[in-house]
Amino acid sequence: MTAPDLAIETRALTKTFGRQRAVQGIDLAVPRGSVFGFLGPNGSGKTTSIRMLLGLADATSGEMSVLGESMPDRILDVLPRVGALVEGPAFYPFLSGEDNLRRLDSADRHASPRTRTERVRRALERVGLSAAAKKKAGAYSLGMKQRLGIANALLQPRELLVLDEPTNGLDPQGTREVRSLVRSFAAEGTTVFVSSHLLAEVEQVCTHAAIMSAGSLVAQGSLDELRGAGERHVRVRTADAGRAASVLAGFGLEPSSQDYDASSADVTALLPAGFAASNDIVAALVTAGVRVQGFAVEEPSLEDRFVDLTGEGFDVVR
Amino acid sequence: MSSADPKVKHGAGLSLLASELRILFGRRRTWAMLAAVALIPILLAVALRLTSAGVEPGQGPPFLDRVTQNGLFVSFTAMVVAIPLFLPLTVGVVAGDTLAGEASHGTLRYLLVAPAGRLRLLIVKFAGAIAFCIAATLTLVVAGTIIGALLFPVGPVTLLSGDVISVPESAVRALLVAAYVSLSLLGLSAIGLFISSLTSVPVGAMAATVVVSVVSQILGALPQLEWLHPWLFTDTWLGFSGLLSQPMDGTAFGANAVLQGGYAAVFFALAYSRFTTKDILS
Repeated sequence: MTAPDLAIETRALTKTFGRQRAVQGIDLAVPRGSVFGFLGPNGSGKTTSIRMLLGLADATSGEMSVLGESMPDRILDVLPRVGALVEGPAFYPFLSGEDNLRRLDSADRHASPRTRTERVRRALERVGLSAAAKKKAGAYSLGMKQRLGIANALLQPRELLVLDEPTNGLDPQGTREVRSLVRSFAAEGTTVFVSSHLLAEVEQVCTHAAIMSAGSLVAQGSLDELRGAGERHVRVRTADAGRAASVLAGFGLEPSSQDYDASSADVTALLPAGFAASNDIVAALVTAGVRVQGFAVEEPSLEDRFVDLTGEGFDVVR
Repeated sequence: MSSADPKVKHGAGLSLLASELRILFGRRRTWAMLAAVALIPILLAVALRLTSAGVEPGQGPPFLDRVTQNGLFVSFTAMVVAIPLFLPLTVGVVAGDTLAGEASHGTLRYLLVAPAGRLRLLIVKFAGAIAFCIAATLTLVVAGTIIGALLFPVGPVTLLSGDVISVPESAVRALLVAAYVSLSLLGLSAIGLFISSLTSVPVGAMAATVVVSVVSQILGALPQLEWLHPWLFTDTWLGFSGLLSQPMDGTAFGANAVLQGGYAAVFFALAYSRFTTKDILS
């Protein structure tokens, strides 16, 4: 079943806990070299899927392959090539950050003990934790633990990084840093599979995405494909809302108006698929004497798609 | 970016065992338990030294009456005192913590993703628990020997059989007793490992392991259940007197090895079947 150009591929992957179907027959296809956003509200089955992909949990049914190898049969050959942050960072609170990484590195038989000190140092440096290397992990802030978790995934050169909610607990600055780290991994050719319930945090770095809702995969593809499935709007900000609306109606659109501030309003209208006259709208507005303050043709945001497909972003579905 | 070559392995993977031992013996908790183990012979010797009244033969724990005549008996007496509860308590803490402790920290999933390999991790954890048993009994024997030598006369030791052995020979016997007791704790360690594989609450696994050892000893004390006694892993715990006779009688050592080996095999197998099929959700 393995396609060589896919870093992760699943077929009808399913996991049930008792009667609850946490993951219902998902078919993931993560291209090699992509930054793949695995999106969905809390409780939609993202972490459970990741646990199965990493061999921590058995699939109830279905098949999966990671880096072209069947999982979990080839787990000991696959996992050394995969760096992972699963369901938050976890460390021995009584060990320093550095010693924690040494400990986890020693668990990998493919990791050379000779280069361990150097690799640990570089991983800590890359996430900006060098100064806290000797501090006990128990005294780390949540953001520092999150960085240490990412450092752990970077102890070896990896072909695939699986980052489950890597921005959890990070301040906006830390979130930006994680995004720039993810970009740099991608630039090195590493496939990055990053899950999040906050679309905005990963939208800027992803090339591809899949959206989970209530255990099912509801959409998957490149970002453009996902956006393309939505609809475009035109928005006019003006003090002459009534006249603007009638101009738009003249194009066969169905405008609606919403006050922006005391003197102006936003007039918006859906652009039907294949609508070609958007270039002529402004000219028509000006000709009609509408004082145009702002004009935009709005591409559908992924956020809108996300909310369309999953309901409100923050709701726990089950 | 080239990735780690999965075919290249470094050594037999002993790094993980070394790391396990470093963490186990680097923890303050382990040192506190070993210190408490060392306190048993020390308290016992000091108490005997301070009370002027002699101890009648047959009073108190075995060998107690001999301590005042020969300090080398402190270790043996302390061992008999520590075996029923204190040593099982410390072994319960270490063996119960093996997998459940990693699960509660969440580090279990990272060890497995590394990947440590489930069987390899299980073996390393069991080895760590065994190392602790050896460290605990050695601590007790060494502390007992030192405090005995400091507070009481030391000389050739009169054995249970009435024979006399030299001081170096008695040191060998003391180490043999330590080896016997370490071996005795093997079965309990395997039981603890198994219980630890069932839960992610380390305190529960620790308590359950200690309870198992207490229950086994209670069953062993009921004469009505005599048919059951040879099957209890605690049955041979106090049977090291053969090591203190001349010529030395090693049959109890062999019987203990068979019993503990059997328990270790069964419970390691149970832990294996549980741990290798378990979903790690912690």
